[in-house]
Amino acid sequence: MAGGNGGGPLGLLLSVTILVLIGILAFSIRLFSVIKYESIIHEFDPYFNYRVTQYLTKAGIYEFWNWFDDRTWYPLGRVIGGTVYPGLTLTAGTMWWLVNAINIPLSVETVCVFTAPVFSAFAAWATYLLTKEVKGTGAGLTAAALIAMVPSYISRSVAGSYDNEAVAIFALVFTFYLYVKTLNTGSLFYATLNALAYFYMVCSWGGYTFIINLIPIHVLLCIVTGRYSSRLYIAYAPLVILGTLLAALVPVVGFNAVMTSEHFASFLVFVILHVVALAHYIRRNLTPKMYRIALAFVVTVGTASALVLVAVLMALVAASPTKGWSGRSLSLLDPTYASKYIPIIASVSEHQPPTWPSYFMDINILAFLAPAGIIACFLPLSDSSTFVVLYMVTSVYFSGVMVRLMLVLAPAACIMAGIALSAAFDTLTGSIKFQPISPSPSPAPSEKEETSILASASKPSSLSGREAAKDKSKDAGSDKGKEQLKEKVTRRNRRKEKEIAEKVVVEKKSPKKLLSVLPLEASAVGILLLIILTSFYVIHCVWAAAEAYSAPSIVLTSHTADGLHVFDDFREAYAWLSHNTDENDKVASWWDYGYQTTAMANRTVIVDNNTWNNTHIATVGMAMSSPERQAWEIYQSLDVKYVFVVFGGLVGYPSDDINKFLWMVRIGGGVFPHIKEPDYLRDGQYRIDDQATPTMLNSLMYKLSYYRFVEATLDGKGYDRVRRTEIGKKYFKLTHFEEVFTTHHWMVRIYKLKSPKNRLRGKLKRKTKPSVKKGKSSSPAKQTKTKKKSS
Amino acid sequence: MGSTTADARALVTALRSAYAATPIKLKIIDLYVVYALSTVLVQVVYMSLVGSFPFNAFLSGILSCIGSAVLAVCLRMQVNKENKEFKDLPPERAFADFVLCNLVLHLVIMNFLG
Repeated sequence: MAGGNGGGPLGLLLSVTILVLIGILAFSIRLFSVIKYESIIHEFDPYFNYRVTQYLTKAGIYEFWNWFDDRTWYPLGRVIGGTVYPGLTLTAGTMWWLVNAINIPLSVETVCVFTAPVFSAFAAWATYLLTKEVKGTGAGLTAAALIAMVPSYISRSVAGSYDNEAVAIFALVFTFYLYVKTLNTGSLFYATLNALAYFYMVCSWGGYTFIINLIPIHVLLCIVTGRYSSRLYIAYAPLVILGTLLAALVPVVGFNAVMTSEHFASFLVFVILHVVALAHYIRRNLTPKMYRIALAFVVTVGTASALVLVAVLMALVAASPTKGWSGRSLSLLDPTYASKYIPIIASVSEHQPPTWPSYFMDINILAFLAPAGIIACFLPLSDSSTFVVLYMVTSVYFSGVMVRLMLVLAPAACIMAGIALSAAFDTLTGSIKFQPISPSPSPAPSEKEETSILASASKPSSLSGREAAKDKSKDAGSDKGKEQLKEKVTRRNRRKEKEIAEKVVVEKKSPKKLLSVLPLEASAVGILLLIILTSFYVIHCVWAAAEAYSAPSIVLTSHTADGLHVFDDFREAYAWLSHNTDENDKVASWWDYGYQTTAMANRTVIVDNNTWNNTHIATVGMAMSSPERQAWEIYQSLDVKYVFVVFGGLVGYPSDDINKFLWMVRIGGGVFPHIKEPDYLRDGQYRIDDQATPTMLNSLMYKLSYYRFVEATLDGKGYDRVRRTEIGKKYFKLTHFEEVFTTHHWMVRIYKLKSPKNRLRGKLKRKTKPSVKKGKSSSPAKQTKTKKKSS
Repeated sequence: MGSTTADARALVTALRSAYAATPIKLKIIDLYVVYALSTVLVQVVYMSLVGSFPFNAFLSGILSCIGSAVLAVCLRMQVNKENKEFKDLPPERAFADFVLCNLVLHLVIMNFLG
């Protein structure tokens, strides 16, 4: 784990082996979901990506760019080719084409399922490269090992989680690596590659704006701190030009690459960089006295032109209503923005700010190690290490705003922790290796004191004298036994990290002195503790991968006393839809289930997870919160044949439509003011029992969810296991909807809109209907029985 | 005011004499940069007169010129003997990189021109 350059062919061989192993680890730790469940696509968005990939492999690339999808957003449709980030789809399509070209007949679904694990291995290697470029091979390998199993990243990249982030994190880290590489070498070749990597990132994920803002900030920082160099110019200027052009090639970005405020910072810094470059050029060629005159000249002209430019930009920005920023970016800068203005962004749970435990859950010990890594980055401070520090700091902020952006923090935290761990191991092993030389002839005063205190301390377990002296938890440290909690270890080690980092400063100041700064016992114990700490991390990660993040959310399981229960209701419902309805029937549901319905049931939906049209979603929200008759009219006007709701009251599935209902009311009310949120709340409380408001009890959502619910419950009282209460209105009939299918655990309930009443035909219809109804309604009754058996 | 003009005159002469020492290769590159920038200027003037209607054409025109200038400046930095940062970078390698980068740039431009 030398901080240097591998060390000969043996070192190279060793690093390559370790890297291969890390890749295998990154791939295989994500396979828990396939082993525990099956090889299926997870969640919601991946189903859309999967469907797009299917289309791509079937119809080819040109058809794909021109694809107008009439199966979603009925009756509007959606231009898929122009509104989707194509990186993921193209990647998986290429992979599928490749494996088929060499006669490995994999299905598109299999390729999609395994795309994320494959790319997480790539991401680990990219992290190695980046960290190596910043702090050497040892830190690189440690960081790669850490990111291979960081829970935050695993949560987005388990097998089956076929989403943009899966490839985007690799693209992000790789772009940063190439930027740092260009910065270190000043080679135009790497600058070109950097622009191409940036292009791949733009193709893959909307998060590319993070790159195009972070890099200018870094350049600005370098300029302000007087670190301008030609390498900086070569790393940045071509990237802006090429990157902007390449980004404009992606249809979904298009002219936004020069029109929206997210990109303006980069142009501004581009101008500033040129002014500074000119100033430097002139300074090199002139005498100091002349230079002063020239500087005054350049500064006045430069600021004047910059001011003009800023004024033009401001005018452009001020002309647009949202100040040129997209809603998501604005809610990043002003965390309260979304909840104030855009309920649809605020309604998505992954756009909420994270809680403290989620930091511990998602990055675990890295949260403690990363600060030590930042300190280690300051010695010695280089352009590249300021870059990773900046990356760390900004991503911490962003992760604090949106829980989803924890994903961006994960690589930064891994890099920092890798640097910290590597520096710690370096110091500790170094001090063991050079032990015979010590006691060093002239140790720094603090170290002298340290050794003396250590000698006086009777317990060999105290880490270092200074810490033992300062540490108020000295007792805990000295009688450290088996009962010591892991948190304590973590905290102690973190302190230790810092200690070490401080020591390295001392070291660098007196380079003659070798690494022998710590006594033998202390370093041995330190290494031991670090190993314990990292093994806790490994255990946590494996647990997170196996238990917390492997569930596909489309198949649910629960462990009870009498064994494992599998709830496969979603696929049951989608299969029913695809087998029992006409191919051109329109199905309405809340937008969460839009992608799944089009992908699995192949039916046209009204709204889906690509929430591009707020009004359309609000219409569905309004229908769900209206009384039956009005809802029926709204759906009729949208040509809807079937409506389904997701209901968890029977089995206790908490993320069902009743729990999402307030968002439907809010979003509906945002566009149609006659829907008012207070009408659905009793004294500000959301309830569905007999205290609920009549508006609530008469809303379509309530009726569709609780229709015949009393018959299904054991005690006949209608006890809702999610809301933990008896429902308010128990016996009612539907007038405009009829139940056609309810899944095994009642999690999905499908209703058909009754055809419009016609006086003449009305009697004829009534004669035919009962027979149909009997056949279909018999199945839920049967299922109720089986349910009783199981519970 | 008199001192300012005198200063400016002194500055110009100093700049000229300093620039006269520049190797001929770098001067050629400088000429190329100036040429690229003047085409940008022409396009901007044209845009302000006629308008930027085929926006992608306008954008690719401007950016191809700025891009050429930027890449040439990069090349100039790399082949400049006085610049100590690139001592172990042979000028042939620098030129090859320059060509590659230009190739990518203009492929993209052609694609974007529409």
